[in-house]
Amino acid sequence: MAQEIVEVTESYPALDAFYDSLPDKNGALIPMLHKAQEEYGYLPQEVQLYVALKLGIPASKVYGVATFYSLFNLERKGQYRINVCLGTACYVRGSEAILEALENELKIKRTETTGDGLFTLSSIRCVGACGLAPVVMVGDKVYGRVTPDDVRGIVDEYLGKAGEHND
Amino acid sequence: MSSGTGQVRIALRNCGVIDPESIKDYIATDGYDALAKALFDMSPDEVVETVKKSGLRGRGGAGFPTGIKWETARRSESDIKYVLCNADEGDPGAFMDRSVLEGDPHCVLEAMAICGYAIGASQGIIYVRAEYPLAVKRLQIAIEQATDMGLLGDNILGSGFSFNVRLYFGAGAFVCGEETSLMNSVQGGRGEPRLKPPFPAVKGLWDKPTNINNVETYANVAQIIRNGWEWFRQFGTEKSPGTKVFALAGKVNNVGLVEVPMGTPLRVIIEDIGGGIRNNKKFKAAQTGGPSGGCIPAEHLDTPIEYESLISLGSMMGSGGMIVLDEDDCMVGISKFYLTFTAEESCGKCTPCRIGNVRLLEILDRITEGKGEEKDMDDLENLGNTIKDTALCGLGQSSPNPIISTLRYFSDEYKEHIYHKRCPAGSCSKLIGYKILPDKCTGCTVCARNCPVSCISGERKKVHVIDQERCIKCGVCFSKCRFKAIVRG
Ligand SMILES: Cc1cc2nc3c(=O)[nH]c(=O)nc-3n(C[C@H](O)[C@H](O)[C@H](O)COP(=O)(O)O)c2cc1C
Ligand code: SF4
Ligand code: SF4
Ligand code: SF4
Ligand code: FES
Repeated sequence: MAQEIVEVTESYPALDAFYDSLPDKNGALIPMLHKAQEEYGYLPQEVQLYVALKLGIPASKVYGVATFYSLFNLERKGQYRINVCLGTACYVRGSEAILEALENELKIKRTETTGDGLFTLSSIRCVGACGLAPVVMVGDKVYGRVTPDDVRGIVDEYLGKAGEHND
Repeated sequence: MSSGTGQVRIALRNCGVIDPESIKDYIATDGYDALAKALFDMSPDEVVETVKKSGLRGRGGAGFPTGIKWETARRSESDIKYVLCNADEGDPGAFMDRSVLEGDPHCVLEAMAICGYAIGASQGIIYVRAEYPLAVKRLQIAIEQATDMGLLGDNILGSGFSFNVRLYFGAGAFVCGEETSLMNSVQGGRGEPRLKPPFPAVKGLWDKPTNINNVETYANVAQIIRNGWEWFRQFGTEKSPGTKVFALAGKVNNVGLVEVPMGTPLRVIIEDIGGGIRNNKKFKAAQTGGPSGGCIPAEHLDTPIEYESLISLGSMMGSGGMIVLDEDDCMVGISKFYLTFTAEESCGKCTPCRIGNVRLLEILDRITEGKGEEKDMDDLENLGNTIKDTALCGLGQSSPNPIISTLRYFSDEYKEHIYHKRCPAGSCSKLIGYKILPDKCTGCTVCARNCPVSCISGERKKVHVIDQERCIKCGVCFSKCRFKAIVRG
């Protein structure tokens, strides 16, 4: 497969301003990537390259760091991000079965995004709501004491919302 | 100071009591008194000495004496030194540090400033998980307020001592909780650990002497300085003074944070504070130490909790996760759960951990799928011990612990899986299945309507059947059928 050659063709004023605001330019790479992801939702190759040029470091180093940390996304994610907690407390209260039920409902595997770009399904580790285990998060919203048969209702809630927007 | 059955609140004293976004609230509960006392009434050596005499040990997992760390950092000559706070809280079932940061952020800032004064550092950094947005926000507010009031920043309270605190965000890597990885991460690189020594107190962040402590460790410091080391030692045991916060979760009736004096028996936490096991099930084990720890069975419930006693039981204190397991939990499954986690989180720098853990996981996978072989238990043990002996950092050195401890106490369960292809807890999905008993089914349709994959068919008032091919073994039908017509086996 031929690899596309990536070039920086756009300017990124938000990243420039953020860089200028950093009190300490040492160790700026990870804060820059956090900022870039906040701005663009993920880290496209061009943005990674831009960060490399800005900091005067090899693009391979940026890529190495971006892939090391699970919070950084190299690909665009769905509009709604469904995260099933696989922390210990949730696991012992059956969150694996919930994840499987969601995989069936959305017809994707964990870490994948649905074809219509609506949902990305992932697992996370402990969101600190262990008392509500098992926990599912959609965006910032927390669903507690979820059972596999709640799954359809949760997905439908967002399908409904997506429908409204499209009208 | 005490609240509820046998609980003593030191680290959590202000959590849920004061408004964490108000520095006035914190000051009203004697906040920043300890910093003033240290700056004006004590020399840095006296501060170090007090922390040493208190016997405070690291709450981040290993239990290293905090005073000795501070003393080493104090003695390391350097123009620049750092005070780091480890707020990466990686154990996937624990939220003690998060509660302190969200409920009492100033107590961490105060302790870091005291530490800075003691070791001769003027820069503090808190490495906090980006997954904790509320904690981040409260810390930001607290830093701003303390700076405005001259309790952080230049020339604190006119003492001539300056101390600034910055936040740094983790990006979702468990290994970054390990102190040398954490420092690599702050420097902007991949969070890979390095060999120790040199220890951070000698050569840490940017190669400068660095003191790193856990959030809960710091949460004890101001009170030790204010009330004296003798006060602190009245709680806990000779070797492990003070209290420990646990995040109690799993199959107990009351889940949540508990803070108990060290030396409290496990039974008190689970039965008295936790209110016993839910749904009158039978207790099987308590898991402490997260992915680095192990499972403690019923026969050891009366062991007093201390760093050493937990290690001798094959577990460890860890950061304070405590997961209670009952008869429905499969111990092979629990080992697999933790190993899946560590194998995923291995940074890959050293071979024993990168490859060894995957091999362990493959064996566990086979056992839980009913394809276990006779030699598997020996292989798990031998390979596990090799990984422990040869891995570079604490992650790999402890990752086999969940397996080794369950092999020690629950070998029967492994044998059931291997020799009889049965999961006695009824939890390994490849070894169980659900069946509808035709003579008991009334055809009420409840199961069919609730099955998340719609694999149950049958007409109203007629016997229903499960399509075994499509069944994901979630157990919903089993729990919904009111006529005991569905059996697991
Ligand atoms: C894999 C691994 C993960 C760790 N995660 C954490 C953590 O999340 N929080 C923490 O405070 N310490 C963690 N530690 C322990 C730190 O390396 C270090 O010992 C601790 O921050 C020292 O502080 P203390 O002496 O106050 O406990 C971890 C260690 C290892 C090996
Ligand atoms: S033990 Fe594991 S996490 Fe630690 S350095 Fe080796 S590969 Fe990395
Ligand atoms: S819920 Fe029970 S009784 Fe009702 S249809 Fe299903 S198996 Fe039969
Ligand atoms: S176990 Fe779950 S998937 Fe299987 S039949 Fe019952 S409800 Fe459906
Ligand atoms: S384990 Fe799921 S919220 Fe803590």
